[in-house]
Amino acid sequence: MTEGKQPIIEIRNVSKRFGKVTAVDNISLDIRAGEFFVLLGPSGCGKTTLLRMIAGFEMPTEGQIIIDGQDMSLVPPNKRPVNMVFQSYAVFPHMNVTDNVGYGLRISGISKAETRDRVAEALELVKLGGFEDRMPDQMSGGQRQRVALARSLVMRPKVLLLDEPLSALDAKLRAQMQFELADLQDKVGITFVTVTHDQDEALSMASRVAVINKGEVAQLAPPSDLYEYPANRFVADFVGSVNIFEGTLTLDEPDKAAVDCPGLGKIYLNHGVTGPHGANVWIALRPEKIYLHVPGEGKAVRAAAQDAPDGHNLARGTIKGMSYLGDVTLYDIQLEGGHIIRVSRPNLSRHDQEDFTWDDKVSMHWRADSPVVLLS
Amino acid sequence: MFNRTAIAPLEYTRKLWMRSWVGLTMLFLYAPLVVLMIFSFNDSKRNVMWKGFTLKYYEKALNNDSLVEAMVNSLTIAFLATIISLVIGALAAVMLWRFRFPFKGLVEGTMSLPIIVPEICLGVAFLIFFAKLDWPTDLAWPLNLSAITIAHITFCFPFVAMVVRARLASFNREEEEAAKDLGATEWQAFRDVLLPHIKPSLVAGALLAFTLSLDDFVITFFTSGPDTITFPVKVYSMVRFSVTPEVNAASTILIILTVALTFIALKYQGVKGIAETH
Amino acid sequence: MSGALQDWKSQKKPFAAVATAPVFWLGLFFIAPMTIVWLYSFGQNAGPADINISGTLDNYKRATEWLYLSIFLKSFAVAALTTLICLIIGFPVAMAITFAAPKWRPWLLLGIMLPFWTNLLIRTYALMALMGTNGYMNKGLGGLWEGASWLRTLVGMQPLEAWTPVQLLYNNFAVVLGLVYVHLPFMVLPLYSALDRLDKSLVEASLDLGAGHFKTFMKIVVPLAAPGIFAGVMITLVPALGAYLTPDLMGGTDSQMIANVIERQFKRANDWPFGAALSFLLIYAMFILIALQSMRANKVKEAR
Repeated sequence: MTEGKQPIIEIRNVSKRFGKVTAVDNISLDIRAGEFFVLLGPSGCGKTTLLRMIAGFEMPTEGQIIIDGQDMSLVPPNKRPVNMVFQSYAVFPHMNVTDNVGYGLRISGISKAETRDRVAEALELVKLGGFEDRMPDQMSGGQRQRVALARSLVMRPKVLLLDEPLSALDAKLRAQMQFELADLQDKVGITFVTVTHDQDEALSMASRVAVINKGEVAQLAPPSDLYEYPANRFVADFVGSVNIFEGTLTLDEPDKAAVDCPGLGKIYLNHGVTGPHGANVWIALRPEKIYLHVPGEGKAVRAAAQDAPDGHNLARGTIKGMSYLGDVTLYDIQLEGGHIIRVSRPNLSRHDQEDFTWDDKVSMHWRADSPVVLLS
Repeated sequence: MFNRTAIAPLEYTRKLWMRSWVGLTMLFLYAPLVVLMIFSFNDSKRNVMWKGFTLKYYEKALNNDSLVEAMVNSLTIAFLATIISLVIGALAAVMLWRFRFPFKGLVEGTMSLPIIVPEICLGVAFLIFFAKLDWPTDLAWPLNLSAITIAHITFCFPFVAMVVRARLASFNREEEEAAKDLGATEWQAFRDVLLPHIKPSLVAGALLAFTLSLDDFVITFFTSGPDTITFPVKVYSMVRFSVTPEVNAASTILIILTVALTFIALKYQGVKGIAETH
Repeated sequence: MSGALQDWKSQKKPFAAVATAPVFWLGLFFIAPMTIVWLYSFGQNAGPADINISGTLDNYKRATEWLYLSIFLKSFAVAALTTLICLIIGFPVAMAITFAAPKWRPWLLLGIMLPFWTNLLIRTYALMALMGTNGYMNKGLGGLWEGASWLRTLVGMQPLEAWTPVQLLYNNFAVVLGLVYVHLPFMVLPLYSALDRLDKSLVEASLDLGAGHFKTFMKIVVPLAAPGIFAGVMITLVPALGAYLTPDLMGGTDSQMIANVIERQFKRANDWPFGAALSFLLIYAMFILIALQSMRANKVKEAR
């Protein structure tokens, strides 16, 4: 995925209020040319509103949206250099595929010959060659989406906006389209901005993700950073599953830190945390980063992970729940303090899921670079 | 009757008494019309004894100048009223569907009044209105039908608005936004996306308006000047004063016209569509 | 996804484009005439062609005299009777359509609605043709009479007197029959609508619990179809109350309904202010009926 340096969309202090409700609260962010940018968040967080403001269907209550250096405050949607693929696809039911895809070109007065060529090109791009004369009601949802894609791409916009593109597709098609959309963006090279509530989609397709919560940006980062370095509890919890424990920062030096969690135990980190000593913090620990000790194996494992002082990064508990998912097994373990921690253990051999059962007493540990300290 | 399978408890319509009831009702509804149509071919001045097949009363009806003039007038009124009601009704429907504006509830309520207010009151209101305005009564055709046409439009367009509004409810707004996103102006989006969507309701609305106008008696009666003859008024005077079999012939022609229009609408909308618009 | 309503201020030009014509027409050709009538109802004749709006209540007072009040009440009674008969005839028809096989349903509906689309005058006239003293109805009745008479002779009893045709027209009976004939289709449709929405498994449950068909009907079907019944009643009662043509053509001198009285003020008595007052009283009566219906409809909704 090629990325330029110049932001193609600048969102500056944009807010949107509907009466007393604030849908978007003073958001500022830059979208770079050529990237696959995803707005991720739960329903009602304001991400769709933001997208519609970029497209021009809502006007910001405050702030500015600048596309390719041009302020869009007075520019109506039909004059913006962006095109949108709507959640319902909005394919015109009374026109066939060719007329649908060529609609925008006809409106802008492009010659019939050029329209024909560009429509053919767009249909090839979305793999709908041969569907020229089909009517929308003769096509499946996935095919109609491609028509909507072709219809927008044929306009050669600077930015393509997609509103929940995969939400109406079944699981298999969704996986396929994730790949195809990323591939398409790579081929065409224009900027894609997508809105979704599905974190899997976001992680797999995006070059950068803005996690939106209650109208504000909770974190803006590439997918791996979101997962491994969440900025706050919301992001840690929204992206992937996570164990979160409250605690107090007891040690904070440039190359190490320690947190005391009543529910979990003593946590040791092999990097510094910038936070005042004694501050109230949270520890986020991903389930797959915790090693469950199989009885008899304990000493060997412990020996291998000697990157923390004694008594740190250890926990004991009783297995209260198990979910066998085929590739991994999830264990819900009740710790000595009463809290439940979730551990994800890969089934590396075919009988790994037999290693544990309900009410087994187990011990576990994790590496010193695994926990993440969250200040909010 | 000829049941091969036993009648399930809920299959009321297969029960004999139910079928008889419906049959009798249909008989009640259609018998007078069918008899009328049959007797329009009867070679007799009276409606009672069948004396032989003839087309002479059709001839007489078609040669009856005032009857033909009345028919032409009524058709003209219906035609003009339909076109204008269609435009006003469609605009009203879009206005109510799309916009929020002060006093919207009031406007909406007032718009349904012409349907609710008894016809006699509407007829009276128009009579008084045109009298007060000193509406000219000696204009050339078709302007002499203007008063009647205006009255018809007033009670037809709310029906059209209702039908179009129902269809608008199922419109996907994103299609309109998509058109705009692709560069269409407000007008182009309306023309290319919204209009095609409401087309079936426009046809249904037009047929509804046409039938309502053609069928109307009371309002036409009150707004017809002394010199304008419309079909219902003409037939009324024929029925009142001299029951000639020409009335049967003229009526049969009108019935056939109505049924033909209905079947055209049927082809266009499907049987379900027609039943649902009412 | 249907979008939210747009505020008119955000798109003034498109709003003006769609709103001007309907509002203008409504104002000029509906509100203005109705207002003039309303004003006239407070006026009095002042010369052959002038009406002086003096704010008098004389017209309304006269309208509530027993002479006219009795006609109002009688019109209401006739309309109510018509509605009742339509309901009794129409309900089984609506049920028949609801429970018919899906492929027949639209055709049955069409069959009921088709007469409605035929010209009212023609329908009335056609009915009248059957009801005359020499018409088929009388002939039919006569035939039945003769048949009964013949049966009596078979059994050894005295035959009945000779048949004289019954006066079927130009009386209250004719008016009610005519109104039922005209308004029956109006009643069937809302009833069908309500019955169609009825959950059939409720009927099956009732039968399964031991209730007979009739009991099920009275205790389950009718209460649940109540909103449709109210709608049908209103759709029949209100127009029947204001009927002009049927009582005019088919009624006798004492079968006048309120619409006929109103017409007379304009076409014969030339007392426009009084006619205006009567018209508005009719409109108020309609509004009261409609208000009653919406109140009841809301009550039924809350009771669910």
